[in-house]
Amino acid sequence: MTLFGFLRRRRSAPVARERLKILLEYERCLVSQVDLIAVLRQEIVAVVSRHVTIDPERVQVSVDRGREHSTLAVGIEIPNANGQKAA
Amino acid sequence: MSKVIVVTSGKGGVGKTTTTAALGAALAQTGQMVAVVDFDVGLRNLDLILGAERRVVYDLINVVQGVAKLPQALIRDKRIDTLSLLPASQTRDKDALTDEGVGRVINELRERFDWVICDSPAGIERGATLAMRHADEAVIVANPEVSSVRDSDRIIGLLDSKTVMAEAGKHMPKHLLVSRFDAARAGRGEMLSIEDILEILSIPLLGIVPESEEVLRASNLGTPVTLANPATAPARAYFDAARRLNGETVPMVVPSEKKSLLDKIFGRRAA
Repeated sequence: MTLFGFLRRRRSAPVARERLKILLEYERCLVSQVDLIAVLRQEIVAVVSRHVTIDPERVQVSVDRGREHSTLAVGIEIPNANGQKAA
Repeated sequence: MSKVIVVTSGKGGVGKTTTTAALGAALAQTGQMVAVVDFDVGLRNLDLILGAERRVVYDLINVVQGVAKLPQALIRDKRIDTLSLLPASQTRDKDALTDEGVGRVINELRERFDWVICDSPAGIERGATLAMRHADEAVIVANPEVSSVRDSDRIIGLLDSKTVMAEAGKHMPKHLLVSRFDAARAGRGEMLSIEDILEILSIPLLGIVPESEEVLRASNLGTPVTLANPATAPARAYFDAARRLNGETVPMVVPSEKKSLLDKIFGRRAA
């Protein structure tokens, strides 16, 4: 019992390996998702700006990942003409 | 055909500068023209590792800004005349480096040297992305330790997205150099094995540099480890890695220190 406990305590590398595998699988998805949102955001701003004057800072793009399907939410704030005058 | 290599890691303190100096010297020792470039603006250290700290006059930023010409800033090594250093600036702001300016200097270096080895700063900020930006190939230095392997994975992602090669849709060849490796501890399951790291990062292995007192000794002396004592384990590992970079096929071994009976009895080197 003591001998097995001793061996288990010493062999920490397999724990490191499993932790890394799980973490990196998650982080690799995360990084590519951040890139995708950035690209989507940039292109949406470009398309909308062709027709309406908007502040690129006031555009929100987010992805909500569900089990069955994911939702892409885009929020664009369009300033009113009188609002612009006041500002 | 010259080759631009970036030595990078994400994490600090894993051996990028040691590797840049050792690989640069090993390649230059074969008679090829080698330039090592320090991109760590504000925290330059490659000059110190190469023993050239008192010879720095101009630096990379001076050349990028046109204050100095490239030949004025290059410091030729006194021991290996095919090895030159382009130091980083110790005082200026890292924002003084521009993508376009760095590209111009790298192209000028390509004309003069067979190998241009860029020593990246730690992190994933501007200095690190500029160091990798114009490279043809990358050497990723990792220690057999979780945080280093995680950061290496992050850097591989950047090499595949933020470099000129990646933006042109080309695949950048990447090489893994594991440093500070302890074969005995890995064998006992106390340290990530080479197979573990290769499985996680899935890039080809360039070399295994064992943990060694010789690395500190070489840096104390301001001599690349391949020049300080070519017979030592880390030096042999770096010579093998340099040959692999050169396209040679060299069997992969973890070099170990050959200790004489006297060394074993007295337990320390008479250095």
